[in-house]
Amino acid sequence: MKCQETYWEDINEGFEIPSLTKEATTRQLVQYAGASGDFYEIHYDKDFAIDTGLSGVIIHGALKNAFLGTLMTDWAGPLGFLRKLSCQYRGMDYPNQSLTAKGTVTRKYQENGRFLVDCDILLENSSGEITTPGTATVELPCRNAAGQPG
Amino acid sequence: MSTPSSFLTKSMIEQAIGAKSNPINTVIEKGAILRFAEAIGDTNPIYTDEVAARSSIHGGIIAPPTFLRSAGLVRPEIPFDLPFDRLLDAGSSWEYFSPIRAGDIITAVGTVTDISERSGRVGLMIFIITEISYTNQFQELVATQVNTLIRY
Repeated sequence: MKCQETYWEDINEGFEIPSLTKEATTRQLVQYAGASGDFYEIHYDKDFAIDTGLSGVIIHGALKNAFLGTLMTDWAGPLGFLRKLSCQYRGMDYPNQSLTAKGTVTRKYQENGRFLVDCDILLENSSGEITTPGTATVELPCRNAAGQPG
Repeated sequence: MSTPSSFLTKSMIEQAIGAKSNPINTVIEKGAILRFAEAIGDTNPIYTDEVAARSSIHGGIIAPPTFLRSAGLVRPEIPFDLPFDRLLDAGSSWEYFSPIRAGDIITAVGTVTDISERSGRVGLMIFIITEISYTNQFQELVATQVNTLIRY
């Protein structure tokens, strides 16, 4: 359950977001193919993947993007709202290997009545390589801002 | 396997930039949200539990941030042949303006905003940047996604 609440005034620049570890199975890749409608064979057909020059099936970039989404929404809590989420797929990731999602708050600010934080986020594989760097912006609730607009 | 050292001409680039996809309409079903949340391994009750979701800031079940990946494969047609069979998704940049709710009808339209080429280990790679807008049934822009696709 993700019932924690994160308030803007409790967070400072440099804050480390609780990390999240995922290990996708090939079963999950098939499940994601079905749920997303992305049936490109490199994600579930090993022969096809090898024919295209890969060493095996690879995790959908968009699934890695989803893991980073979960990192942020778990942390933002039920009163937060993810405003921006961005990542680049710099390295391939394979099923049955652990991937850890991490994030650090880089900026805390107010804009148009919103209480925001910018974060650097990433996915790191079990060899310690950052395969998927990115950024996110989250709007957080503020205890001392009753009636704040937006 | 050999790939040319250069492929895109100035005229091709001009033709490709601005290419638009047909609009794709998707009715956001509660079951599809549930299956998507399961597939990404996200157990947040805001996607599945009407009671817990009511006490969130959104007041009801919403879709996970990257759920819109399931709202059609929005790829504008490039107006010339691209002799590269293989694809790689290079990344996405999302901006969210309003939550997407079960029952919404989302219209997705993609526009090519850039196309370029680069040589890498795998030969020549074509980078296509597409900006996708997602609009709901109230003509409200709910999200945008800027996606980079590599053809090689």
